[in-house]
Amino acid sequence: MKFPPLTLDLLQKGTKASVQGFEDDVVEEKMLEMGCLPGSIVELEKIAPLGDPIIISMSEGNLALRKDEARHIRVILIN
Amino acid sequence: MNKLKKIVLIGNPNSGKTSLFNSLTGLNQSVGNYPGVTVDKKSGKFTHINTDFEVFDLPGLYSIKPKSEDEKVAVQFLQESSAQSDTVLYVADASNLKRSLLLCTQIMDKKCRLVVGLNMLDVAEDNGIIIDEDKLTEQFGISFVRLNSRTSKGIKHLKELLSKEHHEKDFLGFSNSDYTSSILKRYQKIDTILATSTTKTAKRGTLTKVLDKYAMHPILGYFIFLSILILMFQSIFSWSSYPTEWIESGFGALTHFLSNIMPDHFLTNLLIDGVLAGLAGIVVFVPQIAFLFFFIAILEDSGYMTRVSFILDKLMRKIGLNGRSVIPLIGGIACAIPAIMSARTISNKKERLLTILVTPLMTCSARIPVYILIISIIIPSETIGGFFNLQGLALTGLYFIGIIITILASLVFNKFIETEEHSSFIMDMPVYRMPRWKNIGLTILEKVKVFLVDAGKIIVAISIILWGLSSYGPSEKFNELEVRFEQGEIDKSQYSSLKLENSFAGMMGKTLEPIIEPLGFNWKMGIALVTSFAAREVFVGTMATIYSVEDEENTTSIREKMTRETNANGEKVYTFAVGFSLLLFYAFAMQCMSTLAVVYRETKSWKWPTFQLVYMTGIAYLFSYIAFQILR
Repeated sequence: MKFPPLTLDLLQKGTKASVQGFEDDVVEEKMLEMGCLPGSIVELEKIAPLGDPIIISMSEGNLALRKDEARHIRVILIN
Repeated sequence: MNKLKKIVLIGNPNSGKTSLFNSLTGLNQSVGNYPGVTVDKKSGKFTHINTDFEVFDLPGLYSIKPKSEDEKVAVQFLQESSAQSDTVLYVADASNLKRSLLLCTQIMDKKCRLVVGLNMLDVAEDNGIIIDEDKLTEQFGISFVRLNSRTSKGIKHLKELLSKEHHEKDFLGFSNSDYTSSILKRYQKIDTILATSTTKTAKRGTLTKVLDKYAMHPILGYFIFLSILILMFQSIFSWSSYPTEWIESGFGALTHFLSNIMPDHFLTNLLIDGVLAGLAGIVVFVPQIAFLFFFIAILEDSGYMTRVSFILDKLMRKIGLNGRSVIPLIGGIACAIPAIMSARTISNKKERLLTILVTPLMTCSARIPVYILIISIIIPSETIGGFFNLQGLALTGLYFIGIIITILASLVFNKFIETEEHSSFIMDMPVYRMPRWKNIGLTILEKVKVFLVDAGKIIVAISIILWGLSSYGPSEKFNELEVRFEQGEIDKSQYSSLKLENSFAGMMGKTLEPIIEPLGFNWKMGIALVTSFAAREVFVGTMATIYSVEDEENTTSIREKMTRETNANGEKVYTFAVGFSLLLFYAFAMQCMSTLAVVYRETKSWKWPTFQLVYMTGIAYLFSYIAFQILR
């Protein structure tokens, strides 16, 4: 059975996920530079009042990004 | 003769580079440093034992591959300095060491001589991170030193370390892997080192979490932001009223004193009516400027501005801007020049251009002198609702008019400027920090100095020229007036106003009069419109000079002179309609040569400054015309 791949923009607030990979080179480069790597554990910390952008928290600190950018980040849920 | 050593400061944004730079150099910085977010290199000096140091502060970077204009400046400068083997002082954020060290290792492989300063140790400690700098020094092969730029602890040790010679040391060495996989390799190696040299015990502090709950709340978040703005505008007006009065009466006394002791000579007139009148017009606004920069610096330094960027990003995108545009726009409330430069942090070209185009519509501090002078003439000083001063409300209203027109202009331009480039908003959300009061003090001092020196130079020069132009005119006409005065045909005050009207400046204003009459402006205001094209605040100085040339006694303030002025049929010149029209004109018109120059520099073309001049002055003319025709 195959599930559609889960991406960061689809996470519910407060859920944790592990980053699997990136679908867009520009987003990948920027996220890597900001310390978000494949294997990083991220939590969806906040969604802006107007639904976009979002804030994720990692062990390195918090990052804001747009849903448009989060769409290119593959994740899997963890408990 | 001391040795000279160059030190280049580099690190991630928000790692405390600038406050370290301030600790190292104190007041010994070169003029022209614009405070706030560093977007250009700045330099300063200090001496330790027998070495002179020249320190360069650069814009923050996350990697050696620049993404925006400010980062390009930093990378370029770094390349030049590695060629000259200057020492690079890498400022690492101890609370986020892994990410900080990525750029550090990239720079190591650029053959730079590096010393690493561990900053933000207090935040790291709050997060339960303990760092062994000796182990880091040993494993990286370059010196690591603990800093705390909020106190002078560590600074002395750092200066000693900087006096020594340092060597280059490779991290990865030669590698033929592509950029992204080399980043992963670096992180891997950094992780291994950090595992043995740092320990983490507790979780991240909760104060930021609590504050963010309010700052980014769906309703409260916007309400808080709006309240902060209103509080800021109100207090700029009310807090500064006392020091303003002291300065006003001080200058009044000085003028009175000088005119009593100095001989009646044209140089005396030049000094009192030209230079002193012009200077008084500008020094009076120092308290407002100081309070304004005080507030803006707190907003930026505390980390609050990034929250505002976050909650406004979606709205900003709708009008073609970026959440990051908030920083230049709010900065524009202080001064459009550094604000336009700070738009460099926006990597998307279109968003950056739009931000540059509309930022001068925000109410900058140079408008304050004009606004306050005119408001105090046309609006009564009454308090309503026990707290709100009517004049303060008028000023707040003008600020909001500025914001609204900024949004509308951006909305319109957004339709005409096209781009294929994608827009990005990946941004670090730093923890809240107590504003560093020393930095804020330095910022205010620096800004007031720039305001007084730069604006002062223009104003004194213009005041002198204007004094000449308004004291002299075609000799034929002046001789005729003198004859009429001596024959008793006209009295002394009529004589001085006729002289002004027929002077060179008067002729200039008269020529302009047909164009500005539909806006309700007379030829005297026409003179001020021309001179204040250099900078808006020159308006006040010009009025002061014109009215003191006309008024022989020189005993009342410029405000009283203007309030009392009547035209030929005995009606007040500064009616509500005229005043309101003037306010709108100054709200919108591009009356600032320095802004045009900086837009030219930032966009590298005359096209955009010309466009700005035309569209802003066009809007100004239109709005003033409509307002005056309705209200008259």
